[in-house]
Amino acid sequence: MKHVKTLNTKKLQNTVKKGGCGECQTSCVGNQSCENK
Amino acid sequence: MAVVHQYKNNGYNIVLDVNSGAVHVVDDVIYEIIPLFEKSTKEEIIEQLKETYSEKEIAESYQEIQELAANGELFTEDEYQGYIEEFETRPTVVKALCLHIAHDCNLACQYCFAEEGEYHGRRALMSFEVGKAALDFLIANSGNRRNLEVDFFGGEPLMNFEVVKQLVAYGREQEELHNKRFRFTLTTNGVLLNDEVMEFANQEMANVVLSIDGREEVNDRMRPFRGGAGSYRLIVPKFQKLADSRNQERYYVRGTFTRHNLDFSQDVLHLADLGFKQISVEPVVAQPEDEYALREEDLPRLFEEYDRLALELLRRHKEGKDFNFFHFMIDLEGGPCVAKRLSGCGSGTEYLAVTPWGDFYPCHQFVGNEAFLMGNVKDGIQNAKLQNEFKSCNVYAKEKCRECFARFYCSGGCAANSYNFHGSITDAYDIGCQLQKKRIECAIMIQAALAEEC
Repeated sequence: MKHVKTLNTKKLQNTVKKGGCGECQTSCVGNQSCENK
Repeated sequence: MAVVHQYKNNGYNIVLDVNSGAVHVVDDVIYEIIPLFEKSTKEEIIEQLKETYSEKEIAESYQEIQELAANGELFTEDEYQGYIEEFETRPTVVKALCLHIAHDCNLACQYCFAEEGEYHGRRALMSFEVGKAALDFLIANSGNRRNLEVDFFGGEPLMNFEVVKQLVAYGREQEELHNKRFRFTLTTNGVLLNDEVMEFANQEMANVVLSIDGREEVNDRMRPFRGGAGSYRLIVPKFQKLADSRNQERYYVRGTFTRHNLDFSQDVLHLADLGFKQISVEPVVAQPEDEYALREEDLPRLFEEYDRLALELLRRHKEGKDFNFFHFMIDLEGGPCVAKRLSGCGSGTEYLAVTPWGDFYPCHQFVGNEAFLMGNVKDGIQNAKLQNEFKSCNVYAKEKCRECFARFYCSGGCAANSYNFHGSITDAYDIGCQLQKKRIECAIMIQAALAEEC
């Protein structure tokens, strides 16, 4: 694209089906990573 | 419902598509079209912007916006509420405990919510028996979760170091028996830190939090010994030694800034100049009557400080003098799933604090408030009503968060702060919100700047 640079490809809506395993660290969420990718 | 957040920072036009998490750096024409896109036709937009941009430029940009929207990267709708409400009907499992291994402290920090470590109560040290019962409770109530976390907290945990060692050994014995993996952490003021503790921490602690506020005069004003002497000169060499012995990883030096040091970026940089690579300096949360409490009128100054810090972090990065600032770290590509982002920190449900005598509270900040007593290590959770209140305390339960652009990065903020300022766990601490939003904007800007290097 000429006018846009997108910084990331991951889309949150794609984490709905496989998400929620709960194995990630407790947070006290913006900077953590999924541990079950 | 806010679906797009736009802002300018450090020369970048940044567009966050809130519900997909997509982040775009755009030129001026796109930046101006986006607010018009959903309420105007293409022809109306051309008419409106033709004094500034050519028709070709506008039409081209309009098409790019259409492509982003079709690809689920712009104007994405929030369709998660039903999912989260269903998600929270699942059985509760516990996966983390904050063990108050010592309700006692050798410092008398002015802003400490634990009041010299005593948490509005009496001085006490946790016995091995209580700690063991807590770990047994955690294992028994963790369902099929494999990764379990135990924070050694206080007060000052090193005032009860022997029990810390015994509990870690007990936890390690249980790992194989129950197919669990413990992640232990330790938070210390450094006064009792010595070679034995460092060696133990490097072997067993996944994370160590080292409390220091920054410059000597700033630290010693708020973090004195009970007799009034400062702690800075005692702890700095020990913290430097520990950080180096951990290869500058898996630790944080963690400070608090107050109204006395609104120029807190200088404290962050001071810690970086001391050689620390993992740094967190965070706003004090205090009642308005406290003279060191942050006020609404301080916000513009604090925003400037965050901007200044972000620019300095980038400048040092170019010089190869990187350091991490906790609140500017953001994972745009590999961050957690929607369920995690919208459920909050898990306090009162999958995370509990345990007092030295074995009582459960939703988290360390509620300890000592009897209205939030949830049960104990012997009898388990006794207050299911309270647990359910915390379980349903997701982003959609909070009016202020439901429409906030930051909701996927902040998860609705801190329940304890909300309660302390508004008497409800489903509200939000307003000054904290403003600062959080500013930090997220800075964090994304840093990612935009770093992306230019690729």
